[in-house]
Amino acid sequence: MMTHATRILTVDDSPSMRALLLHALTAQGFHVEQAEDGQAALEWLAMNEVDVVITDINMPRMDGFGLIEHLRGSARHADRPILVLSTESSDEKKQRARNAGATGWIVKPFDADKLASAVRRVTH
Amino acid sequence: MNSDDIQNIFFIECEESLEAAEAGLDACKAGTQDGETINAIFRAVHSIKGGAGAFGYAALQAFTHTFETLLSEVREGSVALDAELVNMMLLALDCLRDHVDAARSGTDAPDDAAIMARLEQAVETSQANGDAGAAAKPASGKTQAEDLDALLDDLLAAEPQDEDAPVEEAPAGEAAATWQVHLRPHAGAMANGSEPMLWLRELRGLGGECIACDTDSVPPLGEFDVAEGYLGWTFAMPGEVTHEHVAEIFDFVGEDCSIAWGSEETIPPLRPRPAEPAAAEPQVTEAAVEPAKPGDSKEVAKPAPAPAPAAQAAPTQSIRVDLSKLDTLIDGVGELVIAQAMLAQRLANENLAHIEELAMLEGLVRDIQEHAMAFRAQPIGSVFSRVPRLLRELSSSTGKHVKLQVTGETTELDKTVIERLSEPLTHLIRNAVDHGIEDAEERQAAGKDPEGTLSLSAEQKAGRIVIRIADDGRGIAADKVLAKAVANGLVEEGAQLSQDEINNLIFAPGFSTAAQVSSISGRGVGMDVVRQNVKDLGGRITIESTPGAGTAFVLALPLTLAISDGMIVQLGDQSLVIPLTHVVESLRPQPGDLKGMGTDRQMLNVRGRFLPVVPLAAIAGRDMATTDPCEGVLVIVETESYGQAALLVDAITDQRQFVIKTLDTHYRAVDSVAGATILGNGRVALIVDVDQLVKTASAMDQGGPANLLAAA
Repeated sequence: MMTHATRILTVDDSPSMRALLLHALTAQGFHVEQAEDGQAALEWLAMNEVDVVITDINMPRMDGFGLIEHLRGSARHADRPILVLSTESSDEKKQRARNAGATGWIVKPFDADKLASAVRRVTH
Repeated sequence: MNSDDIQNIFFIECEESLEAAEAGLDACKAGTQDGETINAIFRAVHSIKGGAGAFGYAALQAFTHTFETLLSEVREGSVALDAELVNMMLLALDCLRDHVDAARSGTDAPDDAAIMARLEQAVETSQANGDAGAAAKPASGKTQAEDLDALLDDLLAAEPQDEDAPVEEAPAGEAAATWQVHLRPHAGAMANGSEPMLWLRELRGLGGECIACDTDSVPPLGEFDVAEGYLGWTFAMPGEVTHEHVAEIFDFVGEDCSIAWGSEETIPPLRPRPAEPAAAEPQVTEAAVEPAKPGDSKEVAKPAPAPAPAAQAAPTQSIRVDLSKLDTLIDGVGELVIAQAMLAQRLANENLAHIEELAMLEGLVRDIQEHAMAFRAQPIGSVFSRVPRLLRELSSSTGKHVKLQVTGETTELDKTVIERLSEPLTHLIRNAVDHGIEDAEERQAAGKDPEGTLSLSAEQKAGRIVIRIADDGRGIAADKVLAKAVANGLVEEGAQLSQDEINNLIFAPGFSTAAQVSSISGRGVGMDVVRQNVKDLGGRITIESTPGAGTAFVLALPLTLAISDGMIVQLGDQSLVIPLTHVVESLRPQPGDLKGMGTDRQMLNVRGRFLPVVPLAAIAGRDMATTDPCEGVLVIVETESYGQAALLVDAITDQRQFVIKTLDTHYRAVDSVAGATILGNGRVALIVDVDQLVKTASAMDQGGPANLLAAA
């Protein structure tokens, strides 16, 4: 059991989605950090620790697939749970995310409780 | 932050997305159709769709979904992006804007049936053309209801096609009955942060009980591979737990775990691969030390290249700040400016005006002031960018095709000015297209390009922002305007007016030249309202018109509303501020220029026109200042609705910028006083409300307005 609150990094280019996630996840007792695209997430993760990453797919600069690939390629984040939160739900996209190394896939619009239980599912 | 705040963020974001999409489509129209431009349009629409779903705007979500589907086809290259399609997407974008507006204001969603049909048509055409890629395109051309179902399916079903009726099975049995689920994680399930143990925990958490564990495949210890899966389980789930609930746990697990549903099934077999035997349970935490990267990661997207400038309006980093915080800062800067001026005056009194530190302070204060004002500044492009849509609408309602030329869209001006500018600007553009630009036939007959041109420009000039709205139409017909003005009683029959004066008649209240009010420009507001709007912003509007060659409206606006220019005038021992926007000229009259009227009123003859003389002394207190115009100075001011008047003051002492403080909040509203400001010498000076003052002066027969300074 971890002694601190589960730390989540959410990656989404949409400010309203970030606000929603912050609101929903903080209310569930998580510690939330936010990045606005894959590149910013990588930069943040280079300096900080996190328990779970929740990322969007469609983002400027570096998209969700790119972020997952980079994280899986790094020693520190190779086994970090990464959940994809996307409006996309095609099998093709899911397979791509799986191949890149995503841990889970949640379809937007998300339900706060389900998202929280998905996070708990991938953490200890 | 409550949900309203978050929704507001969403709507701001919608605006940005709409602008980005429009910029992208414009770039497409201009010939830039590279992947990043199209991707940026897709992302913009996609982002609106995401929020629409999250906030429950079903109509907006449905529309963005259809739009996005088409964009995704375009992105994949299965739909050719020709001019017709770009135009159609621009129309779709207009409709999307209406959808967003409807969602924001809570009104009914716009009628999007026609444009929806066209979007779907475009998608279907592409699918008919190339069904090879059809598998990769989910939900294209489906109705919204089907889409939602599809989303739900994806959310719920791990491998729905494999099982027949477990959904029925669960509720069909007796309440206490259990049902079975069998699972076997394969090698990949241990990688990528997945942990089969967590699934088992979760099944337990739902009340499931492990009734069988297949250990047949566990190899001898020496051949044990930590990343391999050797175990399979059967769980008995309580009857009240639904299949969906369990399936959710395994959503996205994909092929990494085989699952079978129902008691007639068994634990799925181990995936055929050269498995070396070993012992013990899979140590999941160590499993990912060497993550078995499954599949071909080659096809995974590369990081997106740097966005194309055409598609990405603001690649610079920015932060969002609450507007009220910003205004507090700007207020503070205003105070700082005043304090600095007071200090300078004080030092000047001590003969210390030229000390170095003061000059330094002055420079710093000026810098801070400029930067603070820049915070509120926004490029006027945000207003200009709405014009193409307006022209499209006008084009469909009038049949006149108009080209748009825009220059200086990066010119920045105050946010409030920008917001309040869009209404008068819209009106002027409607007028230009409706009245200014001729029909194609008429233009051809006059030897012009059948397509009209509207040019918008903005530039900063002498501390003001000058916006020019010019058309190449027929120009203002002086004779028609004059005839109309005479008919409406605005001008005496036979009056001799200059071209400028005639042009300015169109700003007179109750003036309208169109024989019948058209649905385009005649929306119940006339040019007088436009002029008032501009005036309220502290600006001026002028007309340049050449018959046969076109008309230009020129708006000169202040850079900011927080600080205005004023003329400081002296009355006895009082200082007053007259806002400079009202001041036409100032003069020292000769006795012959004045004519008495009634008991104690006087009129000033200015080049043949008679203006009422309004002694400001009446405000300041009679005995303090001069009442003889020949001893003082007359400041001629202009008002929108009440004409001109000559304000009598003792002297003009200065012209400077001032920060307006309203009396309403600090004291109470006072007639003929617009507010107060603090002068460099630390004294409070009242700002004259010129409109009110001239109105009162022209309404009264004799006597002056109430002695207002008694209150100050």
